[in-house]
Amino acid sequence: MSQQAGKMSARNWDELMEGIWRQNPVFVMVLGMCPVLAVTVSGVNALSMGLATAFVLVCSCGLVSLLRKLIPKEVRIATYIVIIATFVTVVDYVIQAVSLALYDALGAFIQLIVVNCIILGRAEAHASKNPPMAAMTNALGMGVGFTIGLLALGTVREILGAGSLFGVSLFGADFQPWVIMVLPPGGFFVLGTWLLFFAALERRKQRKLAEATQNA
Amino acid sequence: MHESAANIFINALLANNFVLAMFLGLCPFLGVSGKLETAFPMGVATTFVMLVASLCAFGLNLLLTAFQLEFLRLISYIVIIASSVQLVEMVLKKYSPALFRALGIYLPLITTNCAVLGVALFQTAREYDFVQSMAFSFGGGAGFTLALVLMASVRERLQLSDVPSVAQGTALSLMLAGILSLAFMGFAGIGG
Repeated sequence: MSQQAGKMSARNWDELMEGIWRQNPVFVMVLGMCPVLAVTVSGVNALSMGLATAFVLVCSCGLVSLLRKLIPKEVRIATYIVIIATFVTVVDYVIQAVSLALYDALGAFIQLIVVNCIILGRAEAHASKNPPMAAMTNALGMGVGFTIGLLALGTVREILGAGSLFGVSLFGADFQPWVIMVLPPGGFFVLGTWLLFFAALERRKQRKLAEATQNA
Repeated sequence: MHESAANIFINALLANNFVLAMFLGLCPFLGVSGKLETAFPMGVATTFVMLVASLCAFGLNLLLTAFQLEFLRLISYIVIIASSVQLVEMVLKKYSPALFRALGIYLPLITTNCAVLGVALFQTAREYDFVQSMAFSFGGGAGFTLALVLMASVRERLQLSDVPSVAQGTALSLMLAGILSLAFMGFAGIGG
């Protein structure tokens, strides 16, 4: 019994880690790029956008998974989109009620969560084939991975472009901000640099592996 | 605040280019910009869908406001976009099968292009009238096509040059997009 439970939790852990690390939506799959670049001018924006997306992802994957036997195959994409749009509308109104300043900062990008390819991709590739628990765990992992990706961009851009982190000034008054980093080109450059970094890391790992097999 | 249609057009085309300044429609921008011959038809098809979607969204918004059903806006917009993409697909299949085959999978994927939904949402948020909406969606579509064509031409040239192998792929495309975006910042101020 305990062995079976161990196996279950190992599988859950696997589902969770897939999105956070191995198949990270931002750095590995390069999906859902529009909000990634557009809202990451500060750490706070990045965090709230990530959490909003994660919420929509978990809820809609759960619902899609519950209804997976009822949805006819021919209209499944349309059904998924309507389910996703419903949860996005919920998030949209909640953010508007909680913090109007945040709502203005994120702008139309909250509503644009509907067309975020990660969510539709997860609904189609994972949730429509798995029971609700597994689907929601996997969606949670993807959501957390997406949030981490957003934070990796948002914090770097805020530190370089405004000299602060989550609104707290880091370097004092005589810091000369690198303004371009919070402007559109900065988003492209920072994401490009992160991808370069991960590519170099991967390259090093493979070289080490090749050396190890050669020595053996 | 009443902007003229010409101003809105120039603004959406250059100064606030959908791809390079507002980050809308990045997935096709990175995905389809490998070759010039697919980039241009893709841009034109997207522009057409944008025009149709903007037209429908304008009418639908009047209807929703009249019945005070604004909370259904997002859901109805996405359904309208999906059906207009389907419409474009059927028309193309009937009248120009060659173009239909050339576009292939990218045609249905226009549904999840955030630039199209972006047009509908922005024109509602900014309360554009009919002529302004049309100018906005046409400018946005033309700007998307322009960015796609520019990117595709640069990437075609890059295939002949010697790039460090670690930088190849998406990282290189993003750096290129950053440089293009820097160049487009020079248009700031045009169109008011």
